[in-house]
Amino acid sequence: MPEEIFVVEDITKIYRTGEVEVHALRNASATLYEGEMAVMLGPSGSGKSTFLNIIGGLDTATSGRVMFRGLDLTGFSQHQLTLFRRDRVGFVFQFYNLIPSLTARENVALVTEISRNPLKPEEALELVGLGARIDHFPAQLSGGEQQRVAIARAIAKRPEVLLCDEPTGALDSKTGVLVLEALSTINEELGTTTAVITHNAGIRQMAHRVFYFADGTVSRVVVNKKRLEPAQIEW
Amino acid sequence: MKALDIKLTRDLKRLWAQSLAVALVMACGVATLILAIGSYRSLDETRSAYYERYRFAHLFATATRAPRHLLRRIEQIPGVARADARVVEHVILDIPGMAEPASGLAVSLPRDLTGTLNRLYMRAGRLPEPDRPGEAVIGANFAKAHGFRAGSTLHAVVAGKRRRLTVVGLAMSPEFIYALGPGDLVPDDKRFGIIWMSETELEALADQKSSFNSLSIALLPGTNAEPVLAGIDETLKPYGGTGAYARKDQFSHAFLDGELTQLSAMARIIPPVFLLVSAFLINMILSRLIALEREQIGLMKALGYGSWTVAWHYLKLVMLIAIVGILIGFAAGTWLGQGMTRIYAQFFSFPFLIFAGGVDVYAISAGISIASAVAGAVKALWGVISLPPAVAMQPPAPPVYRGSFAARLGITRLFSQLTVMAIRYLSRWPVRSFVTTLGVSFAVALLVVAMFASGSINHMVETIFYQSDRQDATITFADAKGPDALLSVRQMPGVMRVEAFRTLSVRITHGQLSRRLAITGKPHDAALSRVLDLGLKPVRLPENGVAVSERVATLLELKPGDLVEVELLEAGRGKVQVPVTDVIQSYLGLVVFMRIEELNRLAGLGPRVSGAHISADASQIGALYDVIKSTPALSSIALQTKSREKFREIIEKNIMISTVVYTILAVIIAFGVVYNSARIQFSERARELASLRVLGFSRAEVSRVLLLEMLVMVVLAQPLGWAIGYGITWSVVEELASDQFRIPFVVERSTLAIASLIVLAAAALSALLVHRRVNRLDLIRALKTRE
Repeated sequence: MPEEIFVVEDITKIYRTGEVEVHALRNASATLYEGEMAVMLGPSGSGKSTFLNIIGGLDTATSGRVMFRGLDLTGFSQHQLTLFRRDRVGFVFQFYNLIPSLTARENVALVTEISRNPLKPEEALELVGLGARIDHFPAQLSGGEQQRVAIARAIAKRPEVLLCDEPTGALDSKTGVLVLEALSTINEELGTTTAVITHNAGIRQMAHRVFYFADGTVSRVVVNKKRLEPAQIEW
Repeated sequence: MKALDIKLTRDLKRLWAQSLAVALVMACGVATLILAIGSYRSLDETRSAYYERYRFAHLFATATRAPRHLLRRIEQIPGVARADARVVEHVILDIPGMAEPASGLAVSLPRDLTGTLNRLYMRAGRLPEPDRPGEAVIGANFAKAHGFRAGSTLHAVVAGKRRRLTVVGLAMSPEFIYALGPGDLVPDDKRFGIIWMSETELEALADQKSSFNSLSIALLPGTNAEPVLAGIDETLKPYGGTGAYARKDQFSHAFLDGELTQLSAMARIIPPVFLLVSAFLINMILSRLIALEREQIGLMKALGYGSWTVAWHYLKLVMLIAIVGILIGFAAGTWLGQGMTRIYAQFFSFPFLIFAGGVDVYAISAGISIASAVAGAVKALWGVISLPPAVAMQPPAPPVYRGSFAARLGITRLFSQLTVMAIRYLSRWPVRSFVTTLGVSFAVALLVVAMFASGSINHMVETIFYQSDRQDATITFADAKGPDALLSVRQMPGVMRVEAFRTLSVRITHGQLSRRLAITGKPHDAALSRVLDLGLKPVRLPENGVAVSERVATLLELKPGDLVEVELLEAGRGKVQVPVTDVIQSYLGLVVFMRIEELNRLAGLGPRVSGAHISADASQIGALYDVIKSTPALSSIALQTKSREKFREIIEKNIMISTVVYTILAVIIAFGVVYNSARIQFSERARELASLRVLGFSRAEVSRVLLLEMLVMVVLAQPLGWAIGYGITWSVVEELASDQFRIPFVVERSTLAIASLIVLAAAALSALLVHRRVNRLDLIRALKTRE
């Protein structure tokens, strides 16, 4: 049995905007294991992104507890959360979020400069199949290429977990597959625990386990008997 | 280089125009600060060093004719380190090749020069030999104006005797750093000069054998001057002493003090305006940059950069802009400072004067600029620090627009949707719109301040030369004469009208406040040299009472109806309580008038005149000059036309320089503010504007939305700018006012109009630049970019 990496117990997140209270999460609980590929599915507003933001240390829960390798994230200060993100977590976002004024290599270097034991930016870009385009600016890259730069940037620090929020959301199926292949390679070769949020139900087939979100909570978890390669996924 | 620093340099490259605009505004603040503090220091330190080295006296006194042996008594007054006695005489000079007579001051040089006060700095030549009559040292500036060298000759009428003088040396003295001829408003080196002669010769000429009429005193360190002044007054009283005075009342010293006050006023008023505007611009640019890079900031935090690291990244951008501004400011400030020193060389007679910036002046101005830049950045940086990484990852919620009161009334239906967009935008960001308006209004205000001077000076020239002192010349007798002296003046060639005056040294006291000044007696129906009230209407001097100038009224807290004590410091030393009947207009000196008959009654020496104002037939002016040059009874002559021309020449040149400099500065501000805010509005709304283009609006229509917003702010900024300009001008006028000189507070309507036109032109230019960007708007990309 692999070790537990995240143990999430009963977290609730309430946003207040003016007079309106929004329950983004209601008593959500889940456990993620070392080295697994988890896919999170659910309609928009079901709380997947909030869940991911909280376990990634981007946001804090209103109540409940998040344990990471036996550490209680809920008790972390802002500074501790910054260090947690810096050293242990890699993020990939739907809109890539590259710095437009930096080249592919420099975008990756942004992370490697502050990591303890990083890959070289070139190596990381090689891993996602972009070795030839390292000196291009984001505006000179296609959407899929930009997303792969973002993945390279996320994994260059050798994170313990890789959290991806709709990584293929803005891509067509062909480039989407390239991105998923990059994620899968990293999961298998580096053993990085990976959580992927998606709208695309097809993607669930490449996961070890699938978490279904509804109304701010994890409604069920399904273990995949048979996993598919990204190329085999139907969009 | 680190990735973040690479981003920084690329950001800076992208924002170069806006950054440069801010840097230039900041440079203006730095430059004016360096200019003001540096000039202050140059003047102050040079003056101190000059005083020290050439032993400028601490106290001064004049008498009619005091015996030399009094000197020992004066030296025994506690606190006196040294007392020097001299003879000083007003003289009329006849210079070869110059039609009009010049005036001068003849000063005696003691036989034994060891340890004397007010020593001469010799530019060239030597001192006069006591046994060789007719030798003189002349002021270096006067010599330069006429091309005099050792060996040149000129004629002087000294105490009624015409003498041929041979120049043996050229000199400067700490006593006459700033020297004005009679009736002049600015130094005219052609028509006024200082002449040093041997004591033996001047004593003989002035009939002051073994006596003196001028006293210079050095005090022991730490001495309180007041009791010494009283002691001197007591000693000189029987010999026509007119009251001893300290450096602050010495003309040259007091004028330099006035200049120093002006410089420190300038340091307090002008640089803060620039630094305020640049802080505001930094706030504007940085806030916008941070809003645009919200996701990048969130990303950096998500990647594990600490809040302070990210804030520092943006602060570095601000610092770089500030450093560029500071460096430009250093260069401009030094350049302007050297220019200022050249202007000083026209007015002041210093043996040496260099622009002494000093490392600390540069350090202080750099420090203040950095501080103001950081102050401008604080709010935006706080936004960076407090932005939670997760929120940063989501696009900002659309700003909440509310239907306005006008909308509820249906007024907005009168306008097109595009106009409504512009109005809503302005009212959605009232603080920002107001601050932008305020920024533009500062540019208007600065122009008003820069240009008011020419209107003010015109007003001053009109008042002094055409309303108040309308005489062609003013002649002063060597000593007060009886009324028959006027008869001989009336008989001079071309003289049409003669108006007598009498001047006496007095102390005027009102309660605890007291001031030593000259009172002038005039006929009640004076028509040449008139007395004008604050509304410039002629005032008829009262039978009993005095009219005081505004400055005197302020200094002594006087208003019409108050009783003042007038104590004569010469001629009979009468004391009388009289009412103040009028507060009158005067821009020069401390002026108090009373009827000449009243003043003579107080002096008790019968009818006497000190001199006369005359009007003369222009066609006979040459003959008149010739007579004046050879009339022994005269000690000085003032020529109104020459004074006016010299004043216009010098002041107009200097005002021109400062107007040009300030206009450039104001245009920088106007352009900086308008261009920056237009650019920011543009980048903020590129998506919205692109959407409008996609919906089928033309480029012109889309530009209109932006330009309308700008137009509203720029137009509103005009009256606000005028008001701020009025306020700053008023405080400048108040700060600049000294006992010697007061600039009238006059802001002409044309000044306001020109200021507005310049700002509107700068605004139009920035509008044009932004309009070109609207034309180049890439519709597809603008819509794709997730703002």
